[in-house]
Amino acid sequence: MDVKLNTIASAVMDIVNTAIDWVTLAFDAPFARAVDFGVHIGVEGHLFLEGFLLVFILLLLSRKSFKPPKRPLTKEEINELCDEWVPESLIPPLTEEMQWEPPVLESDAGPHTIINGKEVVNFASANYSGLIGNEKLLESCTSALEKYGVGSCGPRSFFGTIDVHLDCEARIAKFLGTPDSVLYSYGISTTFSAIPAFCKKGDIIVVDEGVHWGIQNGLYLSRSTIVYFKHNDMESLQSTLEKITLENKRAKKLRHYIVVEAVYQNSGQIAPLDEIVRLKEKYRFRVLMDESNSLGVLGGSGRGLTEYYGIPIEKIDIITADMGHALATEGGFSTGNASVIGHQRLNSSAYLFSASLPPYLASAAITAIDFLEENPDLIMKLKENIAVLWEGLSVIPGLSIASNPHSPIVFLRLNNSTGTLKNDLRLLEDIADRVLKEDSVFVVASKRSSLDKCRLPVGIRLFVSAAHSESDLRKASESLKRVAASVLMGQSRMREE
Amino acid sequence: MIAIPYLTALTTYFSYGLLFAFGQIRDLFRKIIDWSRANNLQGYAPICLGLEDFYTRRLYLRIQDCFGRPISSAPDAWFDVVERYSNDNNKTLKRTTKINRCLNLGSYNYLGFAAADEYCTPRAIEALKKYSPSTCSSRVDGGTTVLHNELEKSVAKFVGKPAAIVLGMGYVTNSAILPVLIGKGGLIISDSLNHNSIVNGARGSGATIRVFQHNTPSHLEEVLREHIAEGQPRTHRPWKKILVIVEGIYSMEGELCKLPEIIAVCKKYKAYTYLDEAHSIGAVGKTGRGVCELLGVDTADVDIMMGTFTKSFGSCGGYIAGSKELIQYLKYTCPAHLYATSISPPAAEQIISAIKVILGEDGSSRGAQKLAQIRKNSNFFRSELQKMGFEVLGDNDSPVMPIMLYNPAKIPAFSRECLKQNVAVVTVAFPATPLLLARARICISASHTKEDLIKGLEVISRVGDLVGIKYFPAEPKKQEERMVKLD
Repeated sequence: MDVKLNTIASAVMDIVNTAIDWVTLAFDAPFARAVDFGVHIGVEGHLFLEGFLLVFILLLLSRKSFKPPKRPLTKEEINELCDEWVPESLIPPLTEEMQWEPPVLESDAGPHTIINGKEVVNFASANYSGLIGNEKLLESCTSALEKYGVGSCGPRSFFGTIDVHLDCEARIAKFLGTPDSVLYSYGISTTFSAIPAFCKKGDIIVVDEGVHWGIQNGLYLSRSTIVYFKHNDMESLQSTLEKITLENKRAKKLRHYIVVEAVYQNSGQIAPLDEIVRLKEKYRFRVLMDESNSLGVLGGSGRGLTEYYGIPIEKIDIITADMGHALATEGGFSTGNASVIGHQRLNSSAYLFSASLPPYLASAAITAIDFLEENPDLIMKLKENIAVLWEGLSVIPGLSIASNPHSPIVFLRLNNSTGTLKNDLRLLEDIADRVLKEDSVFVVASKRSSLDKCRLPVGIRLFVSAAHSESDLRKASESLKRVAASVLMGQSRMREE
Repeated sequence: MIAIPYLTALTTYFSYGLLFAFGQIRDLFRKIIDWSRANNLQGYAPICLGLEDFYTRRLYLRIQDCFGRPISSAPDAWFDVVERYSNDNNKTLKRTTKINRCLNLGSYNYLGFAAADEYCTPRAIEALKKYSPSTCSSRVDGGTTVLHNELEKSVAKFVGKPAAIVLGMGYVTNSAILPVLIGKGGLIISDSLNHNSIVNGARGSGATIRVFQHNTPSHLEEVLREHIAEGQPRTHRPWKKILVIVEGIYSMEGELCKLPEIIAVCKKYKAYTYLDEAHSIGAVGKTGRGVCELLGVDTADVDIMMGTFTKSFGSCGGYIAGSKELIQYLKYTCPAHLYATSISPPAAEQIISAIKVILGEDGSSRGAQKLAQIRKNSNFFRSELQKMGFEVLGDNDSPVMPIMLYNPAKIPAFSRECLKQNVAVVTVAFPATPLLLARARICISASHTKEDLIKGLEVISRVGDLVGIKYFPAEPKKQEERMVKLD
């Protein structure tokens, strides 16, 4: 063993020594010993060769890399392309369902309205408190019209702020218990302008998949990362929040939001706010809630979902609402703490770049809130009406109620869908038409725009009002029962054939 | 085009630099003070980080009292401005009960329909009593009344197109219609100075957006040729459709759009045109029908005409006018028509009555008088301002006239001085205009009388001397006196 090692070691030493000898030889040797390719050349030859190599290398480096020559299109070629190009038509060809016209009202949209000269019971207006046609409301609007005219003629920063607007904002804030509020001139623009004011590129927003188009458009305009969770499913929300928090542990400067609606327009479900607040505090997300259909409806005195669950309103960061439902006026508002409101006044595009709300509508809002506060029995009446309607509608063959028992939107869904949205809609519209023609009850099937990303099923929507009488509600349930039975029986028979 | 004088540019840059430096020093002190105080964010990221709201906090808040002034009467030719005071250096402003009666040179009241009108207001009140202030539902549910159908027919007839659709707010009209008409794979070419609602609508549609130089048809042609030849970015597939968006009167410049040339270019390259007549419908043209009438363009050549009712009709809402098929399709799928509350019935009645007055169908000649008055007023005011040496933008016949201020310090100076002398003007700065080009914008109304205008001119001239914004040499005084005597 040792002998072998010794021989190996000595062999290695020999090689190293020879190498060192060679190197020292190379350094010490005079130039005359230069050899290239086995050919002896002199000093001049050596210099010439090295010099030539150097020049050659420099030349190669200075040349540009080979690119195929760029040939911009000539004028004639561009002309040809422009002539050849044929645009699509501006709109797709019209189909039969596009020719549909809605029924035309000939009086105000109260619980009883006149269509085609006949009086019908109206379940298509979101007149939850029954304030349409209210005397006090009409009086305050008339005096506002006489004092201010109709329009406000300017955006809020350019002399479009009328004292009625400021009074309305203060009144809403007092009613809800927040420091201040911002008034918008149109309901649907409230969310799609408030969301981009707070959420910018890179922020993370967790949204329910059943939100309405205003919120969807706001999310798209904000360019943030959007994650959907299953409609009204708290476990899905929790797992989504968990996943996001794990993925973004280091990003302290990212803002996180949860966007929900109090009562969903597309399904009538009510969001479980206590769960959401618990999750929000655990994972440090801000909550943006749209209370269009719960203001004036839920809670003991109509203050909305926070009162319904007994949660202090400071826990919800941003609340937006459309006033065109319970308050029987137009426009929208947004409220929250002082910094949220201040930020919106300077960054929200529909507030800055658009004319302000007509003053008579702002004074209508003030009167509506005053009326609601003075008459809390309206809310009790609405609750009773919803209960009566539920009783009547729960036994319809072929249709089932998909909304929450406390929601003012009663949403009827088909038990067996025909397979496509279009056919479902056609069936439901058929039912609604026949109910109107034969029994003078006005209900509507929920229509969906081609831009809407919501995939919840369509259905028939009934908006219950505190002004409906019991006979109205029974009439509606009877009529729906009868028509649904005949239409759906006929449809299932057709399917079997 | 605005040519800013060299010296003014230097001084403006210097002013902004100074304001920026002061702002940074204040921010530094704020940071030092905040270190010692605990912040109450509790682990949430702040809503505004760092320099995101620097402009708002350090520049805009200093002059906040020049914006958002509340009024307590109708925005007519003379109105009541409510005084405000601040205890914390303009951060918050509180109302007082004192009011100032001022001349209104800021509201969009082109034809004088802003206050209670003898023909329109009684009808609006009747509609209110019959239909209530709101229908509480969207147009496809229970929100279509007889008034809405009448309104759409009336608007279509007025504008000169086969059909029209009316929505409750002008801003939403642009934001909700553009995504319906064009989507991914389409190209939108819009003027560089288009309004925020058009920019928002274009972004929301998902199409590729390109900008052409303001009001330059030759540049539009270049952009069109380049893009049709190249096709979609990266895939080079041909574009699905091209939409060119222009405005009738640009609200920050007061200029009219070069409509005939632009329509010719669009027709040549088969692009669709979208005309936003927010400020020009009802205010220009012999019978008030907008830029198409004024510039002699046939309305059938413009594919989609959009406008708002806030400015000339004294109401609220927006409309789109086009062919019957287009309007039918929009009624089927536009989200604002399907989901948003329909326009308030009294506002609809106001528009119908205002259109009747303008066309003379109410039996009087008030409409023609109003149109003649606004043209006379605008031309008189503009020529007088130019004679005094102010730099005034905009074309003849346009009721919007911006007066250039440039320097950031002149903005509050001009605004506050004018208010002290009972003239209310609107000043506009960044971000509505480019940083260097701050201006004061005057909007003339048909309800201004000659005396009102002369008073306004006197005050503006005095304040202009005080603040130093007469950038051009004034015309010699003798000629001016002769002109006034002739009137």
